[in-house]
Amino acid sequence: MSYRNDPYDPKQVALLDPDALAAAVADAEKAFAAAADPDALTALRPAHLGDRSPVSLARREIGALPPAAKSDAGKRVNEARRAIEAAYAARQETLEREQAERVLVEERVDVALPYDRRPRGARHPLSTLMEQISDFFVGMGYEVAEGPEVELEWTNFDALNIPADHPARGLMDTFHIAPPEGAESSGLVLRTHTSPVQARTMLTRKPPIYVIVPGRAYRTDELDATHAPVFHQVEGLVVDRGITMAHLRGTLDHFARAMFGPEAKTRWRPHYFPFTEPSAEFDVWFPEHRRGPQWVEWGGCGMVNPRVLRACGIDPEVYSGFAFGMGIDRTVMVRHGVGDMRDMVEGDVRFTRAFGV
Amino acid sequence: MRVSVSWLREYVDLPADLPTGDLEQALVDLGIEVESIVDLRETVTGPLVVGEVREIEELTGFKKPIRFCLVDVGDANGTGEPQEIVCGATNFAQGDKVVVILPGGVLPGNFAIGARKTYGRNSNGMICSAKELGLGDDHAGIIVLPEDTPAKPGDDARPVVGLDDTVVEMEITPDRGYALSVRGIARELSHALGVPFRDPALVPVPGATERPAYPVEVRDTVGCDRFAARMVRGIDPTAETPGWLSQRLTVAGIRSISLPVDITNYLMLELGQPMHAFDVDRISGPLVVRRAEPGEKLTTLDGVTRTLVPEDMVICDDTGPISLAAVMGGETSEVLAATTNVLFEAAHWDPAMVGRTARRHKLFSEAAKRWERGVDPALPLVALERAVRLLTEHAGGTVGAEILDIDHVRPRTPVTLPAELPSRRVGVVYPPERVIELLEQVGCTVTRGPDRLGEDPGEVGVAAGTGDVLTVTPPSWRPDLTDPADLVEEVVRLDGYDRVPSLLPAAPAGRGLTWQQQRRRAVARSLAERGYVEVLAHPFVSAELADQLGLPADDPRRRAVRVANPLSEEEPLLRTTLLGPLLGILKRNVGRGLRDIAIYEIGTVFHPRPGAGAPPAMGVDRRPTDSEFAAADAVVPDQPRHVAVLVAGDIEPAGWWGAGRAAGWADAVEAGRAVLAAAGIPADRVTVRSAEYAPWHPGRCAELLVDDAVVGHAGELHPAVVATLELPRRTSAMELNLDAVPAAPVVTGPAISTFPPALIDVALVVDDPVPAAEVQRALTEGAGELLEDVRLFDVYASDQLGAGRKSLAYKLTFRAPDRTLTVDEAVAARDAAVAEAARRFGATLRGA
Repeated sequence: MSYRNDPYDPKQVALLDPDALAAAVADAEKAFAAAADPDALTALRPAHLGDRSPVSLARREIGALPPAAKSDAGKRVNEARRAIEAAYAARQETLEREQAERVLVEERVDVALPYDRRPRGARHPLSTLMEQISDFFVGMGYEVAEGPEVELEWTNFDALNIPADHPARGLMDTFHIAPPEGAESSGLVLRTHTSPVQARTMLTRKPPIYVIVPGRAYRTDELDATHAPVFHQVEGLVVDRGITMAHLRGTLDHFARAMFGPEAKTRWRPHYFPFTEPSAEFDVWFPEHRRGPQWVEWGGCGMVNPRVLRACGIDPEVYSGFAFGMGIDRTVMVRHGVGDMRDMVEGDVRFTRAFGV
Repeated sequence: MRVSVSWLREYVDLPADLPTGDLEQALVDLGIEVESIVDLRETVTGPLVVGEVREIEELTGFKKPIRFCLVDVGDANGTGEPQEIVCGATNFAQGDKVVVILPGGVLPGNFAIGARKTYGRNSNGMICSAKELGLGDDHAGIIVLPEDTPAKPGDDARPVVGLDDTVVEMEITPDRGYALSVRGIARELSHALGVPFRDPALVPVPGATERPAYPVEVRDTVGCDRFAARMVRGIDPTAETPGWLSQRLTVAGIRSISLPVDITNYLMLELGQPMHAFDVDRISGPLVVRRAEPGEKLTTLDGVTRTLVPEDMVICDDTGPISLAAVMGGETSEVLAATTNVLFEAAHWDPAMVGRTARRHKLFSEAAKRWERGVDPALPLVALERAVRLLTEHAGGTVGAEILDIDHVRPRTPVTLPAELPSRRVGVVYPPERVIELLEQVGCTVTRGPDRLGEDPGEVGVAAGTGDVLTVTPPSWRPDLTDPADLVEEVVRLDGYDRVPSLLPAAPAGRGLTWQQQRRRAVARSLAERGYVEVLAHPFVSAELADQLGLPADDPRRRAVRVANPLSEEEPLLRTTLLGPLLGILKRNVGRGLRDIAIYEIGTVFHPRPGAGAPPAMGVDRRPTDSEFAAADAVVPDQPRHVAVLVAGDIEPAGWWGAGRAAGWADAVEAGRAVLAAAGIPADRVTVRSAEYAPWHPGRCAELLVDDAVVGHAGELHPAVVATLELPRRTSAMELNLDAVPAAPVVTGPAISTFPPALIDVALVVDDPVPAAEVQRALTEGAGELLEDVRLFDVYASDQLGAGRKSLAYKLTFRAPDRTLTVDEAVAARDAAVAEAARRFGATLRGA
């Protein structure tokens, strides 16, 4: 800190020599250029720009010069220092850029490596389809109605115009609930269709009624490739003033297009259901069927039988309605080309996973 | 119902060249489902010809009799020489006419016929049985054609055996009994195709005579509102059923038995009137038609002895019941091979009675099927007339002059139909003339009257609106037409469903999904995103499951709803927990080589209502009152919706990143928390605490509470359950009653402080049994308002801490809403938190 008081030293004074300064600049530039990375460059800084570097030492010598020479020497030293600093900065920038580029190359990974560390689960296609259908109808102003799976015989049959001795009841292959001790009958069944929810809805709501009913139903069919004792249905019920079969057709056509594409259309075949009169079965034209475009049996429909309205407390002289229903398992099979019913009910996760979340 | 088109053609003028596709479409458009339609000409291809047996050589030395035959097939074989054929049947003789298929022909089942060497001889073709031709099940021998068959050797055999026909198999809906007959289907086809129909029931029929054909007393005219009978004496008992008749029975799937019985079956198929033939000489005394007495027995024609109940109707003679009325005859009065005197009976029975009897005795005969669906009560005398004519034509004998007809059939009640009702219901304008035309087409009598408004107050509603009112009397063969709606259907059906236009109704504004429905979806999606795969299990479980799950004797889940007629006697109960069926699915997956399984189900469980009896009887002529329906509904089992998960194997698989992580109790508990979070329940209202609950491991079972109510359980399954059910070790499960989870509150948005936080870690030493959650709660409550977050980051036990002690390390985050906290403030808050933990659980700061 106190060179100023040092005795005059010609060697040190020689540092102010322009050649010496030029050599210091050249040395620095050469050394910087040789630095391979920012760290090496940083290590060179004291030697060329530090307190003991030639330019710093040269600056100290200025004080020893006669006043007339000071300004000139000072200018020279400053220029030399600026030149070295510029060289340093330039080299630093280059090296940092190169290093950043090198890091990017070095850190390269195989981004296609599988990373199923938290495997995703999946939703069952029957559930998602029932939700999709519900959403479609909710969008039209319907509400989703539900009811119990163990159901009163009255709501499952009687209220739907299926009297005890009617052959239609026999055709339903019903699971009966065992009677309580001492009783002859429990009056309960596993519902054979989602239609008892129609009765419950009409008993608890006032028209206008626009509901969609997704749910499970049961029949005593052994499980095989095309039958299951537990299956899923979605059914719709509308009760309002002035409802006609044309409204039923319009609704089904609209629905078919939503499910099977804009080319889809429906076809009706007269049929018999005790709870609707007139009744029809309907087919849908499915252009993307895996075996080529074709008609596919889809469900049943009709105008709510006035007897049903009456049993549920709705005046059939004022109101009329329509109902329709379709098997969801079958719809999934057709829509997704599922060949065997068992794959849908056995719970093999490989089946469900294919459908995603 | 399976009939040949040639039979239908006898009564309806189908176009000669009607393609089968058009016939099928016509039936479908009528509401008759076509199961199959087979052109028999296409079932046997190649040369099928009439042959005449010239020579028979019995071959010996084989296990069964074998014949080498020379059969004259005319020029059909191209040579005119007799054809050499080896045959295994023996029911024919030299000179018989038979049916021969020559090499190059193909029998049903793609059975190609060639020339071959068999039993040491050349066999160039085959002599056919009915079964081989697809004509029935008779394989007892080959077909021997009647001597007078108008065909010579070499002629095409198809017309001779009925293989030039088309057979239609139809599924008839349960309301259309009349379509279970040639008469009904022919009539329907005449509507669809607009071609003439000839009613086979339109034959001149003599009425009842003073003296009965046989003494009969009908004691229950509700169960039997018509009973008619006629007698034929002195028939030739050896007379055979003509080929055309037995062929038609065969097509319908009815076995040929004897001429009188075959005639009754033939007329049932043609007219729809089930009949019975008695051997008069095997009846003793007058016939009585009555309800059965309790415990009365009858051996029906199928050889089964049946115990009757008073609802069954029987026909009796002096010996007791001889026939289970309308369903099946008895053995004792059956027509036998030697029968010469036959009493034909044609009656009309109560459909409901027949249905109940058929179901009770599990006797779904062709007759019962028709009675249940409705038989034309005008038919008995027609059927009898046809029967006696057919019998005498083919077996001789004398028709008795006496005709019995006890007729209590009530006339049809006319249906009042506002003429515009079909238009109003269907949305197509049908002028009254069109409505009348269509109803008359199906056989209704229609009178068009003025508006009867005011005449009959009961009809005011029906006739509301203006215009004509039609009085419609349906034909006797349509018992299904009782309501105006039934007539509306006839109009739209015959006019064509394809004419109904397409129009969208405008629904009122809906309220969208309920919060419960939205919650179910959110829960499902959350579990699926977390790696769980949804399954939909069947709810049927075994009675042993409760033991296998180790449920205590008084566990309410042992009380299950029982199915009276389960598919499998092994699984007669409905699940009271989702876990049973779900464990079955887990095992199935494991059995298929899948090791890492995470599955979930959202579904109902079933809890019987203790003490619930049978629901009260409710009619359908009016709405049940609210209290009636509530009383009935109270019997319906409680069916809450549960969600459950099962997890086994690795929940995180091993990979290039390192080892996998085995699933365990914590994953199951976390699934429970996730469900509650998806259900919108804030974490601070959820409590997880240890519990003992089957089928879980008592030391690794958590109960999940929302506020103070237990809503579910989670953890690792009991090792004994795992062993009993042979599950993967450490299988873990969660089950939660979604219906018990309260509605989600509206969340209050927190005020966010932008001042810097103060982070302080504390390690607390407590006794091992103290739950970490409780310690955390103490810290939270002790720290006060300044605590923003607390997080357990380490649990640790060591010799240094001492046995039965553990260290819990928490990271506490403090922050003030309005200022930067000083070190002193943060430390004071920490000290307050620790003090509270110390007060409650004796917690000490580790290292302090």
